[in-house]
Amino acid sequence: MKYAYYPGCSLEVNSAAYDISVRAVAAHLSMELAEIDDWNCCGATEYFSQDELTACAVIARNLALVDPKLNQLIAPCAACYLNLKKTDKLMGDNAEMGELVNQCLAAGGLKYDPGRVWVRHLLDVIHDDIGEEKIRAKVVRPLTGLRVAPYYGCQVVRPITEGDNTEYPMKMDKLFTWLGAEVVDYPVKAHCCGGHMTQISEPQAFELIRRLLQSAAEYEADMILCMCPMCQLNLDAYQGRVNGFFKTNFKVPIIFFTQMLGVAFGLEPAKLGFGKEIVAARPVLEAKLGSAATA
Amino acid sequence: MIHQAKATRGSSFLHEVIEHTPGGERIIHCLQCGSCGGSCPNGADMQYTPRAIFALINADEREKVLTSNTMWCCVSCYFCTTRCPQKIPITDIMYSLKRLAIRDGLAKETDAPALAKTFTDLLDRYGRSFELGLASRYYLFNKPLALLRMGPLGLSMFTRGRMSLIPKKIKKVDQLQAIITKARQLGGRS
Repeated sequence: MKYAYYPGCSLEVNSAAYDISVRAVAAHLSMELAEIDDWNCCGATEYFSQDELTACAVIARNLALVDPKLNQLIAPCAACYLNLKKTDKLMGDNAEMGELVNQCLAAGGLKYDPGRVWVRHLLDVIHDDIGEEKIRAKVVRPLTGLRVAPYYGCQVVRPITEGDNTEYPMKMDKLFTWLGAEVVDYPVKAHCCGGHMTQISEPQAFELIRRLLQSAAEYEADMILCMCPMCQLNLDAYQGRVNGFFKTNFKVPIIFFTQMLGVAFGLEPAKLGFGKEIVAARPVLEAKLGSAATA
Repeated sequence: MIHQAKATRGSSFLHEVIEHTPGGERIIHCLQCGSCGGSCPNGADMQYTPRAIFALINADEREKVLTSNTMWCCVSCYFCTTRCPQKIPITDIMYSLKRLAIRDGLAKETDAPALAKTFTDLLDRYGRSFELGLASRYYLFNKPLALLRMGPLGLSMFTRGRMSLIPKKIKKVDQLQAIITKARQLGGRS
C-alpha cells in the first residue's frame, strides 16, 4: 500500500529519530511512503492563534499537493496531523470556508476538494490496517520484561478520534502487548505535555511535564513511548530543567513508539535514531533486552 | 464573517465570538457546569475558567475577557472540547479570543502573541519553521535573561544533531506567499 507522507518540520531536525524510525518501520511493513513534494510548515497552533483563514490556507496547500493518485496521507506529528485533518473537515463542513480557502489556493495555482485525502496517524494505520496477526508475525526480538508507558498526548486522540477513546486510548497499549512488552496502565497517558508553554511560562509547563514523569516513574515504567515530537521534546529535553525546578531526580528515557517497534522487528538500533535522545535509552535497553538490542 | 451567527438574542460580544468561531453558536447552550475548567490542565492558573468566560461573554464584558489570561493558558489539548456535554467547541473559542485580543491589542501579561508572530513570520519567509531562528529572536526580544538558561539545552540538542544552524526554504516559497497574501486580503489578519 502506498501513502502520501507529510513529515513536518519537527521530524526534519529536532525529532529526526521519529522520521528515521517511521521510514524504517514502514518499509519493513511494506508500506510505501511518498513524501509530499515541497510541503510547507503546518503553522502548529501559532497560525490559528492569529488568523484562521491564513492558517487553513497554509495547511491546505499541503493537502492540495498530495499526489492525485493517492488518497491517504500519513502525518506522524500530532500537531500536523490535527491541523491537516481539521482543515479538511472545516473546508468540508463549511462551504463558505471551503470556497475561501480555495480562492487563496488559486492564487498559487492550486485547488483542494475537501474529503479527497484521508489524513491518518501511523499508529492508526498500524493498529487498524496491518493488525495484530501481521505485527506478531514480524516480531523477532520480543520486548519481554520491558515496562513501557504509552503516551498518546492530546492532538491525535482529541478532538477527532479514529475509533480510539479520547481519554483512555488503547491502540498503542495493544500494539506493545503484541510486541511482548509489559504495558504500564498509568492514568495520565492522554494528558497534556504543555505544548509550546515551555516557551511562554516555564512554571506552568514544568508542572505538566512533572505530572507525566512522576506518574510513569511511580508505575515503574522503564521508558515513555511518544507519538508526537512536541511531547518527546518537552519530556526529554526539559527533563533536566524539570528536575532542577522541582528538586526531583527523574531519569526516564523518552522514545518514539516507532523506535521500539523497530527494535522488536529486529532492525538495527543505529538505524532507528537511537542516541539522539537526551536521557539515554541504552542503559535500560541493555539491562532489560540484553546488549544485542543496542548493538 | 465566515461563521454565521445563529443566535438571535444575546450580547454583541456573544455575536462577535460566534461569528469568529466554527460551530461557535453552540456557546449559547452552555449549562455553566464547569466540566471545562475542571478538565483543563492549566485551569488553576486561569483568571476565569472557560465556564466563567462564557458567562462574561454573555454579559458583554468584552474587555474583561480579552484582557484576561484565560485563552493564553490554553495549550489546545482539547480535553474541555471532548468533555463538554453541550458540544461547545471550547478550544476553538479560545483561538477566537486569542485572535480578537491580538487584533485589538488587548493581550496582556503573556509572551504568547510574540511567540506566535515570530513563528509565523519565519513560516511566511521560508515555508518551514526554523527553531534556532525562532528561539533566538523570540528570547532576545522577549526574555533575554532566559537565553542564558536555554544555552545548555540548545547545546545538548545541537550535539545530538537535533538543531540546525541554517533555515530550510521550500522551493516554491513565492507560491506559498501568494496564497498567504490572498488569505490576508480575503479577511484574514488585519
